[in-house]
Amino acid sequence: MSQPRVVLDPTGERTAALRERSARPASLSDRSVGLLDISKARGDVFLDRLEEHLSRRGARVLRFAKPTFTKVAPIDLRREIAEQCDVVIEALAD
Amino acid sequence: MSVALPDGLVAIVKRDCPTCQLVVPVLEELRARAEPTLTVYSQDDPTFPPGLGARDDTDLELSFALDVDTVPTLVRVEGGREQDRLVGWSRDAWVPFTGVTDLGADLPPYRPGCGSRTRDPDLVAARDAAAGATRLTSRRVELGPSEDEIEAMFDRGWTDGLPVVPPTPERVARMLTGTTRDAGAVVAVVPPDLVPCTVEKVAVNAVLAGARPDYLPVVLAAVEAACTDEFNIHGLLATTWFSGPLVIVNGPRARAIGMNAGINALGQGNRANATIGRALQLVIRNVGGGRPGEVDRATLGQPGKYTFCFAEREEDSPWEPLHVTRGLPASSSAVTLFAAEGPRGIIDQLSRDADSLATSFAACLRATTHPKLALAFDAILVVSPEHARVFHEAGWTKARLLEELMARLQLPGAELVRGAGGIAEGLPAGVRDLTLPKFRDGGLLIVHAGGGAGLFSAIIGGWASGATGSAPVTKEIDP
Repeated sequence: MSQPRVVLDPTGERTAALRERSARPASLSDRSVGLLDISKARGDVFLDRLEEHLSRRGARVLRFAKPTFTKVAPIDLRREIAEQCDVVIEALAD
Repeated sequence: MSVALPDGLVAIVKRDCPTCQLVVPVLEELRARAEPTLTVYSQDDPTFPPGLGARDDTDLELSFALDVDTVPTLVRVEGGREQDRLVGWSRDAWVPFTGVTDLGADLPPYRPGCGSRTRDPDLVAARDAAAGATRLTSRRVELGPSEDEIEAMFDRGWTDGLPVVPPTPERVARMLTGTTRDAGAVVAVVPPDLVPCTVEKVAVNAVLAGARPDYLPVVLAAVEAACTDEFNIHGLLATTWFSGPLVIVNGPRARAIGMNAGINALGQGNRANATIGRALQLVIRNVGGGRPGEVDRATLGQPGKYTFCFAEREEDSPWEPLHVTRGLPASSSAVTLFAAEGPRGIIDQLSRDADSLATSFAACLRATTHPKLALAFDAILVVSPEHARVFHEAGWTKARLLEELMARLQLPGAELVRGAGGIAEGLPAGVRDLTLPKFRDGGLLIVHAGGGAGLFSAIIGGWASGATGSAPVTKEIDP
């Protein structure tokens, strides 16, 4: 394996190189959970099952889908998810 | 030394050396007869010399450890330590050194060696850079294995919209060879985030900008000058006005680094002009956190905010250079920072006397920002060689030209007040009976630049002048 490529940070280094993850919620009950289908084949099968489980635990499930798995989610979709959801689960499938 | 040396004789050779080729039979004899035996290290090709099982020193680890400057080098090693060495080929020296008689009987008695690969300036620079890289303190950012390194710079928000050179530790270390200043020294506190900026951080951004190490002292001086209270880069950044920092370079340093003061001096195509101005802007962006749409609120901006830097054409100027006018010795090199709009052209292809040309210039200068506004904005007049010749032939010094321009730019208040000329824009009614100069004292600078053909000069308008906004700042360039 080749050496990792390293560059020096040109900024004032006032922001973290890695961002902290959001705190994990104690319970999903009564929370909005977004399920993001990246539009790969059969991702929906996995997400359908997840939706059943989550609904049974009292979560509100919202479904989203990217137009294509080959590109990052469009900015409007990301905003929509951020505004409507407390938690998001992104489904990779193959 | 971390490299283990085998006892006996050690020869360091390279295929790309006629003397090394010549002594191959000698090395074969030594391998057969020397006690203890001979070990050969090859700097460029481990299959050379054939049949001797040469050890691979293509990374030059052993050669650097032994500080080899010539090949072949023959070293006598005892207990893992060098006892003595020979360089090149000399039968008279090699026979007693090895204790093997009749050595190289068929060879000429003497041949000088060749340069060791460890003396290749590119290799030495790369090795120094690698060593220097370990001393750098900027945060190291590891790129993902599938990241394109150019795209990675965009993704992290480090560019001005054009691709930048990825600032690897080796490139930054090489950049730092351009200055004698300590990498950890603080150059300035950079707005808007008011971050103390070290020489190293400036070097990182100079790499991004595509600068060469010998430009670094100029960039450092520009950063220092920009971050003074007088120049007020913070306000300049935040203004809705067009302006950005212009860097004018004077003195021998400008010529030494190949800056353009001639044809297309204010335009594209010269690496030093292009990257020095860009490096300053990248320092403001990256270190200071000054980004368009955030603290930079320019309504329209101007293309010179990517980079705006040129040198004064001093060699055939009829006048003293700008840094001398501003109080520095002619032998010094300096940057002058100016809060600049883009340049606008002046055509005058008919004036053959100084009076006519000065009047022409004054008419154009009056329109800076607005013909009905006075005293609020500075300007630079960039006089081209063909226009400068008219003043030179009339015997006008720079001071004389300035005085003549200021005399022609005394504006009657009645023309400036709001509503005058059917234009609402203008000065308050109270100035109606006054005469106001277009520019404050010291608010009009004159420089000489441009190609030898063309009866064109340029005006570079400023921003809110003096203590209200920004004053030009001249700073000597330290090595």
